[in-house]
Amino acid sequence: MSLDMFVQHLFNALTLGSLYGLIAIGYTMVYGILRLINFAHGDIFMLGAYFVFFGVTLTKLPWGIAVVLAVALSALCGVVIDRIAYRPLRDAPRISALISAIGVSFFIENLGLVVFTGLPKPVYRPDWLVEIISIGNIRVLPLAIIVPAIAFALVMGLLWIVYKTKPGLAMRSISKDIETTRLMGVSVDKIIALTFGLGSALAAASGIMWALRYPQIHPFMGVFPGFKAFIAAVLGGIGSIQGAMIGGMLLGLIEIMAVAFFPALSGYRDAFAFILLIVILLMKPTGLMGEKLEEKV
Amino acid sequence: MKTPNRKRDLTLTFVAVGLFLVFLWWANGHLDNYKIQVLNLIAINSILALSLNLIYGFTGMFSLGHAGFMAIGAYVSSLLILPPIQKEMIYILQPLVWPFSVLQAPFFVAVLAGGFAAAVLGLIIAIPVLRLGGDYLGIATLGFAEIIRVVFTNLTPITNGALGLKGIPDYANIWWNYGWCFLTLFFMVRLINSNFGNVLKAIRDDEVAARAMGINTFKYRVVSFSVGAFFAGVGGALMASLITTIDPKMFSFLLTFNVLMIVVAGGLGSLTGSIIGSAVITILLEWLRFVENPIDIGTFHLEGIPGMRMVIFSLLLILIILFRREGIMGMREFNWSALLSRSSRGGEAR
Repeated sequence: MSLDMFVQHLFNALTLGSLYGLIAIGYTMVYGILRLINFAHGDIFMLGAYFVFFGVTLTKLPWGIAVVLAVALSALCGVVIDRIAYRPLRDAPRISALISAIGVSFFIENLGLVVFTGLPKPVYRPDWLVEIISIGNIRVLPLAIIVPAIAFALVMGLLWIVYKTKPGLAMRSISKDIETTRLMGVSVDKIIALTFGLGSALAAASGIMWALRYPQIHPFMGVFPGFKAFIAAVLGGIGSIQGAMIGGMLLGLIEIMAVAFFPALSGYRDAFAFILLIVILLMKPTGLMGEKLEEKV
Repeated sequence: MKTPNRKRDLTLTFVAVGLFLVFLWWANGHLDNYKIQVLNLIAINSILALSLNLIYGFTGMFSLGHAGFMAIGAYVSSLLILPPIQKEMIYILQPLVWPFSVLQAPFFVAVLAGGFAAAVLGLIIAIPVLRLGGDYLGIATLGFAEIIRVVFTNLTPITNGALGLKGIPDYANIWWNYGWCFLTLFFMVRLINSNFGNVLKAIRDDEVAARAMGINTFKYRVVSFSVGAFFAGVGGALMASLITTIDPKMFSFLLTFNVLMIVVAGGLGSLTGSIIGSAVITILLEWLRFVENPIDIGTFHLEGIPGMRMVIFSLLLILIILFRREGIMGMREFNWSALLSRSSRGGEAR
């Protein structure tokens, strides 16, 4: 493989990796706080892409405004899902909430199938995002540079919220001990809602950029990116935002490079992430950046 | 638990089973094909639900890998019952590799082989994966099911790839299905009420405590997982012969979701709950097809909405989890005393 090709693959991997990373952050934040795998997260990713699609085609909004509205709307969806399907189950066995999450996920996907129909829809892409730029022999889409840059900026913003603001402090506190945090006078439910909102906004941002990169959207587009992003979150160490981003990047790199170097494996591409997951869980269940979880008796 | 009326209960059970067999015999001759198909699905779903209930409801291992085990059972058994001529016809991309191209077995042996193949795979998966607990286990088993699906899609010389297998002989009639269903139920009842079953329940209720009592919990979990996988394989094998066409896409997460839904609706940790659950859910799923067909109410015409069935179905799962988490039966089992004392209110108090 020539160096030019390699660099192009690297750009692809970087794009895919940052998209996985952005979804993974939502998983990792919710899991860090509630110990819940939010199965519906991948569907928020799908909704984000659809909201932009309808914003542009149906209401003829300018693309930029449609994107902002879509992210806000998706964040709202995340909060509503938590309010309806997860909050009543806070004191139930953890698996109940997980089953509820699976139910919500199937509900959104099938409702999507009814409302949006199963036909894949082509996505509007502003020209300046898709005019190929050539640097020497390397040809890349502007997207391949913009997506990682936006992802980086979003993560920085999130880290600022989590580590430098009061609600962020409350979030970190809840993930350590929810009951004590409640006793300290923190409105736990509001903070959890905020967590869902932030996570969903990032997933929607990822979905919108995914639709730009792979310009076809359908109601089940969130299923596999969702699973894989969760794996990325486990890989990076669940509960850690930086870890989720690193996990996403690693997963993107592995998927793109494995297929680039061994084209015969392309049929097995969707299996890589799951194999990786099982290896990680066996070798280092806490992930790369995770803290050790102890079994409480 | 020993009831003072053991003999009466046993008699009643035999009478009920006898009546049910008469019903099946009548149904087989008098009902249309569609209704018989639904009856068959109830039997197969019962087998699947019982096996998942053993893994999750009785041992507390949240497994989402059922579709994978079913796929193994379905493919192994189908390869054994497909006639060689049919095999030659459907493997158009690449011919079937040697041992599978000539292997033949009677239906019972084929289903058994499907179950054993799934059990062996369950054993292989269990040893690494069962070190995990809770939702990590769920994700890992889901991962395995997906890996199996991807492998089956790509292993064209054995599985015929994405084209799948067609024209599988439809041996799985009502007698085979209910025979296997009764066998499964009988086995599960014996297993759950044995000392082995008690250990499983102890592990489910508190694994650390069970370990502290000197139980090798890992061994018990592995055995429970493999037995569950065996019956999932049997269910898959019967399903393949019932619908006569299989392909890797069929064995997606949706299939696992359906079984999970049945187990949750019936009651986690209740065998009779799983049976009732599969009857209710299977009939409901079929009945819900009406929302996808056009409806005429007087002069008012409603267009059918494709996909609406699954929307209602998943909404139902959420509602069950939110408002009746224990399902229809909870952890109770059906018993005659409760039924009789309820129906003859004011009868002798025990």
